Amino acid sequence: MKFAVVVFPGSNSDRDAFYAASRVIGEQAELIWHKDNDLKGADAVILPGGFAHGDYLRTGAIARFSPIMSAVTAFADRGGPVLGICNGFQVLLEAGLLPGAMVRNDRIKFVSQIVPVRVEQTDTPFTAACAPKQVLHLPIAHGEGNYFAAPDELKALEANRQVIFRYSSPAGDVAAEWNPNGSLNGIAGICNRQRNVVGLMPHPERASELPLGSADGRVVLASAVKFFQDLKASRPQGRTTSSPQALA
Amino acid sequence: MTAIDSAVLERHGIKPDEYERIQQLMGREPNLLELGLFSVMWSEHCSYKSSRVHLRTLPTTGPRVVQGPGENAGAVDIGDGLCAVFKIESHNHPSFIEPYQGAATGVGGIIRDIFTMGARPIALLNALRFGSLDTPLARRIFEGVVAGIGGYGNSIGIPTVGGEIVFDEMYAGNPLVNVFCLGIAHVDDIVKGAAKGTGNPVYYVGAKTGRDGIHGATMASAEFDEKSAEKRPAVQVGDPFMEKLLMEACLEVMKTGAVVGIQDMGAAGFTCSTSEMGSRGSCGMTVDVMHVPQRETGMIPYEIMLSESQERMLLVVERGREHEVEAVFEKWDLHAVQVGEVTEGTRLKIHERGTLVADVPNRALTDEAPVYQRPMEVPLWQKSVQEIAFSDLTPASAQQAFDTLIAVPTIASKRWAYRQFDHTVGTNTIAQPGMSAAVVRVKDTPRALAMSVDGNGRFCYLDPYQGAMLAVAEASRNVACAGGEPIGATNNLNFGNPERPEIMWQIAEAVRGIGDACRALNAPITGGNVSLYNETEGRAIFPTPVLGVVGLLEDASKTVTRTFKTAGAAVVLLGDNLGELGGSEYLATMHNLVAGKPPALNLKREAALQALIIKLIRDGCIESAHDCSEGGLAIALAECTFDTGGMGLSADLTSVGDEPAFATNATLFGESASRIVISVGSHHLDHVMEAARAAEVPAREIGRVGGEAIRISVNGQAAIDSPVPSAETAWATAIETKMRRKPKTDS
Repeated sequence: MKFAVVVFPGSNSDRDAFYAASRVIGEQAELIWHKDNDLKGADAVILPGGFAHGDYLRTGAIARFSPIMSAVTAFADRGGPVLGICNGFQVLLEAGLLPGAMVRNDRIKFVSQIVPVRVEQTDTPFTAACAPKQVLHLPIAHGEGNYFAAPDELKALEANRQVIFRYSSPAGDVAAEWNPNGSLNGIAGICNRQRNVVGLMPHPERASELPLGSADGRVVLASAVKFFQDLKASRPQGRTTSSPQALA
Repeated sequence: MTAIDSAVLERHGIKPDEYERIQQLMGREPNLLELGLFSVMWSEHCSYKSSRVHLRTLPTTGPRVVQGPGENAGAVDIGDGLCAVFKIESHNHPSFIEPYQGAATGVGGIIRDIFTMGARPIALLNALRFGSLDTPLARRIFEGVVAGIGGYGNSIGIPTVGGEIVFDEMYAGNPLVNVFCLGIAHVDDIVKGAAKGTGNPVYYVGAKTGRDGIHGATMASAEFDEKSAEKRPAVQVGDPFMEKLLMEACLEVMKTGAVVGIQDMGAAGFTCSTSEMGSRGSCGMTVDVMHVPQRETGMIPYEIMLSESQERMLLVVERGREHEVEAVFEKWDLHAVQVGEVTEGTRLKIHERGTLVADVPNRALTDEAPVYQRPMEVPLWQKSVQEIAFSDLTPASAQQAFDTLIAVPTIASKRWAYRQFDHTVGTNTIAQPGMSAAVVRVKDTPRALAMSVDGNGRFCYLDPYQGAMLAVAEASRNVACAGGEPIGATNNLNFGNPERPEIMWQIAEAVRGIGDACRALNAPITGGNVSLYNETEGRAIFPTPVLGVVGLLEDASKTVTRTFKTAGAAVVLLGDNLGELGGSEYLATMHNLVAGKPPALNLKREAALQALIIKLIRDGCIESAHDCSEGGLAIALAECTFDTGGMGLSADLTSVGDEPAFATNATLFGESASRIVISVGSHHLDHVMEAARAAEVPAREIGRVGGEAIRISVNGQAAIDSPVPSAETAWATAIETKMRRKPKTDS
């Protein structure tokens, strides 16, 4: 399968996502410049971490106007898998592809450390290969990762099982002491109603090889591969195109 | 036009004899603009006029050196056609005046030096010095500097992977912010900062020029007094987003092959980049300031030439290939503008709307800047501070000393700081911050690079020659403890006012020490930085040379860290415990005393020790390695138990030391050099002891990993018994506990 990694001016984890998809997972990957208009036949899209457009105005606020975002939105609307990591998650929130907003960490400071994150749902393209309630050790590195949603919105998120990742203890217990940034309900990642668009603050692409301290994150991109293969297998014989247009 | 009188000269920091020299080199009186050019280029910061005669004695060559001092950064060969490009640089003065921006722009400056060479930066480290965290001023500066380093490096996406932080009242008015950056380049792709080819266009790209930082280099070449806060406009403001665009665009544009030379505009801005590029290429350059993009209206040539606005680059482009270069910058929404061209001759000609306003020989600004053999004198107090009056002291109990030292900010975990640094971006970080050395892998090769920055101002105050050698040895030993074979070094010399003979003596002695140690340990100096005038109201900082050493691991998977791995493993001390308390953290903390002779150092034995540890790591027969430094053996042993999930140890040490009353504390907390604590599985123990014998390195099994406490006895007498969790909590939270006190704003 093929991953598209979007490069905004100010993206700084684009090369890391590209490396994880191509070298670690061993799939095709292509870096797509934000001024491009098409996703070049990708089967999944990654919006990487960084500070797109300098995070001026608000984190992710300007990136949603980048030309490539029309293609990303159309791809998502057709059911194509889209993963937003860290700043990419913030871009998805600003673009309206995911609900809610991100505010400054409750302890104000930038936080960089490896934290345990519990997988809440396995029926998304980026958690399909996870075990239910699996705990992943993933690095976080952000100053604005404090997820916020209005009470009704939050209720709906939980009711619709849209919370996909939650900060937890290494044993998988969710409690305030394991929440590094003050996120509501310990939310580390969510998906949209259709479940094909996922955003998370931790960096799975930085935890995909053991020498880096954790290989737990590999399962996130591996899930996309599994999801893609399952889809292909369930597809009627004779259809060979891998473009999501064909899936819709 | 302002007449050049003594008041004008003083404002420019130009001495009367220097002015005479300027007139000689010019063949006439300079105008005010030209005087401004000389003032920044001949400042200590840019010209190294006090240190240059000494720096020339440093070893700068070696089989792996691709680029030595004189360029934007040094480079060493790491195999497979790749090289590591690295340098350390200070931003001390600005960080006192405006901690956040001062530190942020320090990071920005060193990153530019690295990508200017055609290398992609992959690691940042920093060496920081502050006053005591018990004072609001130090807390405010520490808070701002850490946030500034993170704010800049995190945004650009270059991980801050390590460093060292020391707190001492000697730095209260002069904090030190030394930032090290390392990048990777193909040896063939290295680009230099030389202008060449008459008629080649000169391009300016990046942020617009404003009035910020005018005379920043001159400020960094003067002492502080009570008016220093008024110098705030001389601190630049950083924009990491602009720098990120510049970095990506420059790395891309250099791939076109159309770039002849490139230099960033750091200290002394446009003046430095134009004159240095011309000087290095032995050619002339003509520019018109009218073309320089400006952020403010009404700027005069003097301001444009001297501005230190950040995130700006100067490029010389091959004529006829301008469109290739312009296209890349356009892609990144950066506007590259032609500001001049390379000319015959060797003069820098500056125009304002076509009118010649300055005309100076390049070399007069650069190579012909004054070089001083300043007078030197051993300070009168030097001998007396080397004596320790033990008879006036009452020894602290070992347990009490241990409990106190483990939570002293200089020894305690620096987690509070590095939690604010993104250290995982780039997916190369193998050893996280908080280990002996930082280790990053080199993608697409089996290799890794280990890096450490170290310096001990206290040792250098007591004996600058010895202290500087110890700094080299420690940085190099830290790198070796991760398995890295030292291949190159960079130094940052932080001292007081060189016009005082005793300070100049400290500088000369320290450089001599660095030279001797670097030669013995095969770590050539490939570049560095000098920061002088670190004084406030006549009181200088401790002389503080900081060494950054880079080591190469052929097999990244072999690296080890300081932490114990398995219960039952043997704890072995490599090297001799000599019980030297001179200049120790123990004396400073428990007896409020900075005195004595720094630890002895036998460079031959140090080299043998480092070669041994590198071999043992390569052989894969040790589980952990940790250097002994501040706090001595007891603290080193404790640190091996931290971050292990509570794995303790029991050890028994042989009493050493000349003062019977202090023998136990000297044994535990003495800071003798050339010692490494390793842990070894029992099946490898014979091999390790045999290898040590063959290398003629003393090795002694002092204990075993295991239990839930740190238990250390001396000659069988219990001395320290602390449960790991309580010791670890004290160590891990000491700094955040102090920082939780509300920092007051300006006092």
